[in-house]
Amino acid sequence: MNTPSNKSLQSRRRFLENISKAAGGAALFGIGLGLYSQQSKSLPSTAIRPPGVNNESDFLSACVRCGLCVRDCPYDTLKLSKLGEHVALGTPYFDARSIPCEMCEDIPCVKACPTGALDPELTNIDDARMGLAVLIDQEACIAFQGLRCEVCYNVCPIQNKAISINRQRNNRTGKHALFIPVVHSSDCTGCGKCEHACILEEAAIKVLPTKLAKGELGHHYRLGWEEKQKAGESLVTPDLEHKYNLPQGTEYDYEGKGLIQPDETPFNESALDRLNKGRL
Amino acid sequence: MVKNNDKVIGQDAVVKKGWLIAHKWLLLRRLSQLSILSLFLMGPLFGYWFIKGNMSSSLFMDTVPLSDPFVFLQTLFTGYLPEISVVVGAVIVALFYFIVGGRVYCSWVCPINIVTDAADWLRRVLKIKTSLSFSRMGRYGLLVISMVLASITGILVWELVNPVTMIQREIVFGMGLSWLFIVAIFILDAFVSRRAWCGHLCPMGAFYSLLGQASILKVNAINRSSCNDCMDCFSVCPEPQVIKPALKGKAESSPVIYSGNCTNCARCIDVCAENVFTIKHRFIN
Repeated sequence: MNTPSNKSLQSRRRFLENISKAAGGAALFGIGLGLYSQQSKSLPSTAIRPPGVNNESDFLSACVRCGLCVRDCPYDTLKLSKLGEHVALGTPYFDARSIPCEMCEDIPCVKACPTGALDPELTNIDDARMGLAVLIDQEACIAFQGLRCEVCYNVCPIQNKAISINRQRNNRTGKHALFIPVVHSSDCTGCGKCEHACILEEAAIKVLPTKLAKGELGHHYRLGWEEKQKAGESLVTPDLEHKYNLPQGTEYDYEGKGLIQPDETPFNESALDRLNKGRL
Repeated sequence: MVKNNDKVIGQDAVVKKGWLIAHKWLLLRRLSQLSILSLFLMGPLFGYWFIKGNMSSSLFMDTVPLSDPFVFLQTLFTGYLPEISVVVGAVIVALFYFIVGGRVYCSWVCPINIVTDAADWLRRVLKIKTSLSFSRMGRYGLLVISMVLASITGILVWELVNPVTMIQREIVFGMGLSWLFIVAIFILDAFVSRRAWCGHLCPMGAFYSLLGQASILKVNAINRSSCNDCMDCFSVCPEPQVIKPALKGKAESSPVIYSGNCTNCARCIDVCAENVFTIKHRFIN
């Protein structure tokens, strides 16, 4: 007979019990941790990543939280997220309203990164896209009240390109201009100097994550005037002369001349003339 | 066997060898842990940048990259191919621990060890006995989970909660709430379960156990014939299961503690009045 002894049955049962306990605990813990990790991917909109972060997910898979970028930042702009802050634990970020990025030409933070989480291919700081400045509160911005300010325009390191001044009519006075700052995403690096410098209690211009700040035109949209320029001619079929049901003898000219009367109308002469012309 | 419930562990050794010799390795370890932490703090506090960064990754003397191989491994599991600097750093550190023993990190470098050693000391002084114990395999489970989650989510999930890297980072870069983890681990180890964190749960310790499995430097029960069964080494050892095969093995078995779980903390050498243990390379049998 080859029946297992009572003792070995018991120990097997205990073993299975232990394994399933451990597996159950591990699974629960893993699910909790996994869900928490998903939450950690959502970066608060006031936290801006250093230059060279192209995509938050990629960054979180590459950054080892060593803080070498923080150490090499000459302006103490960057800091590491601490436990209790809403940025993924230990990762570098900055708050533009307190200390903005000074856009060092040699980009020391990117050079310091040992993993490439800050993309080493970023060699020209003007190509950095840390976020996008948005003049988010037009009610508070004093430029919209017709007051001269333009501080954001003047501190912008990519002056007149990332922020330009758009002059508009001041309807309140009827005779002055509004000097409205306009941000251009083609040049804005998201350094945050404008947000830092904004003279209001709470900045009216703020750097937001590009994803949050940018709209996107439907990919099927074509702007007629751009297409026309690209093609060198209108892509729409030109108007053909339209056939109208007009009184006999009259014409319609589509190029704006309108109704064209024939030189002579059928009824301005005597009946005899008409007979002679053979129209009756 | 002598009942050691009422006895102070290591008392015999203190009487026989003197206090200093009976605490030699302990003092050396504290010196090592604190000087490494101080080296990291020299930069931010006094502007001497011998080493920059933190224990996850750092730059030594502005030239040599040093990176934690456990954190590095998580990065690899996310599917990211890192730049060469962190790879070199991780290889250097991994090689070092491969030779001296993986868990030398735990007992000679990791600042959490000071906390858990203190908790264990309090346990002994207050004679706290608790029945709850985690499986020593739990840490390997967490090691697997941390790597699996990294590859599923594509981010370094364990680094969101890792108390080890978190605490030493916040010591160097400014303290957030990570001190809560210090308190929690202390309470866990002192009042809930003996050596719960370092010996049962920490996946980083599990990783370094595996890394140091074949290390050159090993504790050796070379004079095991003079063991008087006082059990002090078992009481003080954070991983007591590793001692038995070497100390109480058959005559022809090796006296070397081969297990990767041994942290090479050498406390057993300190507390042994009979000088049974020594640290040697693994080839002495």
